[in-house]
Amino acid sequence: MIAIAVIRLRDLFAVIILFGIYSLLTAALFMDLNAVDVAFTEAAVGAGVTTVMMLSSLYLTSRWEATPKHNSLLPLLVVCITGAVLVYASLDAPLHGDPSSPVHQHVAPRYIEKGPAEVGMPNMVTAVLASYRGFDTFGETFVIFTAGLGVLLLLGIQKPHKPQPELNTVANEVVLKVVVKMLIPLILLYALYVQFHGDFGAGGGFQAGVIFSTGFILYHLAFGEIEARRVIPTCWLPRLAALGVLIYGGVGVFALLEDKPFLDYSALADDPVQGQHLGVLLVEFGVGITVFSVILLIFHILAGRSRQS
Amino acid sequence: MNVTEHLPILVVIIPLMTAPLCVLLGQPRLVWFAALVSSWLSFAAAILLVMQVTAEGPISYWLGGWEPPWGIEYRIDILAAYVLLIVSAMASLVLVFARKSVPREIDEHRIAYFYTAFMLAFAGLVGIVATGDAFNVFVFLEISSLATYALISMGKDRRALNASFTYLIMGTIGATFILIGIGSLYMMTGTLNMLDLAARLPEVSDTRTVRAGFAFLTVGIGLKLALFPLHLWLPNAYAYAPSMVTAFLAATATKVAVYLLLRTILVIFGIDFSLGLMPLDNLLLMLGLIGVLSASLVAVYQRDIKRLFAYSSVAQIGYMVLGIGVANTTGITAAILHLFNHALMKGALFIALGAVAYRIGSTRLEDFAGLGRKMPWTMAGIVAGGLSLIGIPPTAGFISKWYLVLSTLEQDLWPVALLVLLGSMLAVIYVWKLVEAAYFGKPDEYRHYQEAPISMLAPLWILVIANFYFGIHTGLTVGLATQATSALTGGGG
Amino acid sequence: MMEIPGLFNYWVVVFLMMAGFYVVISRGNLVKKLVGLALFQTSVFIFYISMGKISDGAAPILVEGVTTYSNPLPHVLILTAIVVGVATTAVGLALVIRIYEAYGTVEEDEINEQDLIDDSAADEPVSSLGGEKDK
Repeated sequence: MIAIAVIRLRDLFAVIILFGIYSLLTAALFMDLNAVDVAFTEAAVGAGVTTVMMLSSLYLTSRWEATPKHNSLLPLLVVCITGAVLVYASLDAPLHGDPSSPVHQHVAPRYIEKGPAEVGMPNMVTAVLASYRGFDTFGETFVIFTAGLGVLLLLGIQKPHKPQPELNTVANEVVLKVVVKMLIPLILLYALYVQFHGDFGAGGGFQAGVIFSTGFILYHLAFGEIEARRVIPTCWLPRLAALGVLIYGGVGVFALLEDKPFLDYSALADDPVQGQHLGVLLVEFGVGITVFSVILLIFHILAGRSRQS
Repeated sequence: MNVTEHLPILVVIIPLMTAPLCVLLGQPRLVWFAALVSSWLSFAAAILLVMQVTAEGPISYWLGGWEPPWGIEYRIDILAAYVLLIVSAMASLVLVFARKSVPREIDEHRIAYFYTAFMLAFAGLVGIVATGDAFNVFVFLEISSLATYALISMGKDRRALNASFTYLIMGTIGATFILIGIGSLYMMTGTLNMLDLAARLPEVSDTRTVRAGFAFLTVGIGLKLALFPLHLWLPNAYAYAPSMVTAFLAATATKVAVYLLLRTILVIFGIDFSLGLMPLDNLLLMLGLIGVLSASLVAVYQRDIKRLFAYSSVAQIGYMVLGIGVANTTGITAAILHLFNHALMKGALFIALGAVAYRIGSTRLEDFAGLGRKMPWTMAGIVAGGLSLIGIPPTAGFISKWYLVLSTLEQDLWPVALLVLLGSMLAVIYVWKLVEAAYFGKPDEYRHYQEAPISMLAPLWILVIANFYFGIHTGLTVGLATQATSALTGGGG
Repeated sequence: MMEIPGLFNYWVVVFLMMAGFYVVISRGNLVKKLVGLALFQTSVFIFYISMGKISDGAAPILVEGVTTYSNPLPHVLILTAIVVGVATTAVGLALVIRIYEAYGTVEEDEINEQDLIDDSAADEPVSSLGGEKDK
């Protein structure tokens, strides 16, 4: 299906679009498998951000793939062996959907049964993500930060250049500008809703950060680079990203100062559940800031890089 | 705040939080200083941890205050403390070296971000070592790896870019394999905590899923370890990365991967399963040996010295893997010993090479002519490192080789012992090439030579002296390694 | 075998994983490699998530009247893994862009050829603009 097409096609643009479709299908699959938070994130991040990044890189490099010159036999062999091992592995695996399989015993039940009570929120995924396994999420926020840093180190921030005539046709559309101006506040508002409602419905820092950045990206696309950079100067973005992780870490350090383990939210308030709520709120906020700034940073860097020929 | 209680997390948090701080500070000299202080603090914490663990036994730290396996646990036992010591010590020393090296090799406006990435790579590595949760390993592995890809690509030569990309592809495949492995184990046990896994795996270890999971984990870690034949990314990555990056990576990154291997096969799966049931012992033995011989052979023909020592590193990793493959107590002790000693050796060698690059702008063999007289201290350092590499007493390298050979003899593996010695012979050849050029060659008349600055000589000679010190007073290292081995194979998990 | 339907979904996922993996190791175009990598990783995510589902279970958000929930832990792990995947793709793409600017191509074979030329140019200081960039 899509996977095979990706292998055979040499038009990279088509490959990337197919990948975007694949991501969306995956997100739909996740919905079907009861993973709403994941579906949301996969759609926004996988289908959205990744596809956009790949397309920008394509624009900056070349569109076509050369004919493969060497023998495909060895890779085919490696892949077949690996695939065989995986199939072999699956033979003893618990069946799909089986409620008595090991993953549903032992660790998970506590999250499901006590999570809402101990952490004070009905969204169990957020409870695990932001509290029980909050340290993983802390690391993950750093992963985002590192990626932004990596792109920054590799590509650097260019000075905004004078808009070339062909690139500005979109910006000349008055209707578009007006519509975008109306849309953006709505998008930003939705992002904030997702951010703060993540305890109850699907959502949270990551998704909110992505959506928030979308608002700004739209502005950039409609109004051109110079305008967009006037609203948020690119050089602020790395610092904002740093701020986000520092907020998250700050919550953790606060706990240390109270002589509690790192990231123990009960140090934040007298009532432990209140503390959990506050802790989750703060760390998700930190995540949102970092995600937003890194995505926008990467976009600015890619968009600002002139095509070298 | 009672500092001693929070040491496990401090070792990781201090460098980790310094990274965003570096972004905010911006000014190169300030950033360097912050990085230096941060790594020294982390090193201090590591020393305290070693003392604590040897006195009181393994330390368990509950992140977020949630007990494991519902929360993430940091677990510091002897092996972990030992590796933390190595990594933080190397970071501290390399940063001293970096003071002059980095401004020479990196554009000024990128220096702040460069150090940020370095702190992230460092923090990621210690994060891998300190944690007792399998998935947490994955997260910090990626922090460290991503930062490393960026760091390697900062080399001046454009080939650094391709080297970094190759490493990115191979490293990500490795990380994804590790993820698949963790997933398989989770699927069969329902937990992610390492000790919990160790307790629950025996009852399901006979299933194909677990065996496949084991395979994926080992291959994934093998990629990061540069185990033959998965080592292809290493020579180029080390050769073209900025000097300070190579020095740090060579001394730490693969060691942490070896640590992860030990942790996986000895603690999570247990020695009987990994080295008894699954044919891993023979596999490691073979691959380790092939790695030693082929890499040493290729090293002999290298004209670029950085590349030469990179291949040498692949060989040394081969020795470590060999020790594990022999699968007796002495062998594993040898591998753990070599973790430490190799860090000392290669750290010294690559810092010295960095000093040479700093002064004469090249690391090709031809350019080493006469260096023995023009940069005496630096060359002497290289010679010392070389001796340790070959394994001549009284260097630290001799000690680990000794234990390795001993372990093979204990298993009546005479041919293997001979091949190990053959590897040392090859090392003699390539070290001699260097020595010959440096001491018997004629220096270029038109080139300006000068000894390396103190900021480079100091860390170099600290490591060189350590090489000799630990080659003579083996009590500390051998003691820790033996204790670690017995904990891993006898009592632990 | 009664187990086939239950295992079928795993096999589909395995196929997807291998397709992605194959693209990464067999194709020489760097951008395509990255797409393959992303494909490979995404399929691993499906693998994890499908583990967590309970038939007739609901999404793990506490709601009145629901008693069976699907397992939240794999969701958390995959959220993190998705982010890690995107981060890797971003850094990879940045590298590809730099490589294109330095070599004029993103085909592995051509890059390796140019590298071999660099390698054998013994003592020349290497410039980052060596080689023609005809595009």
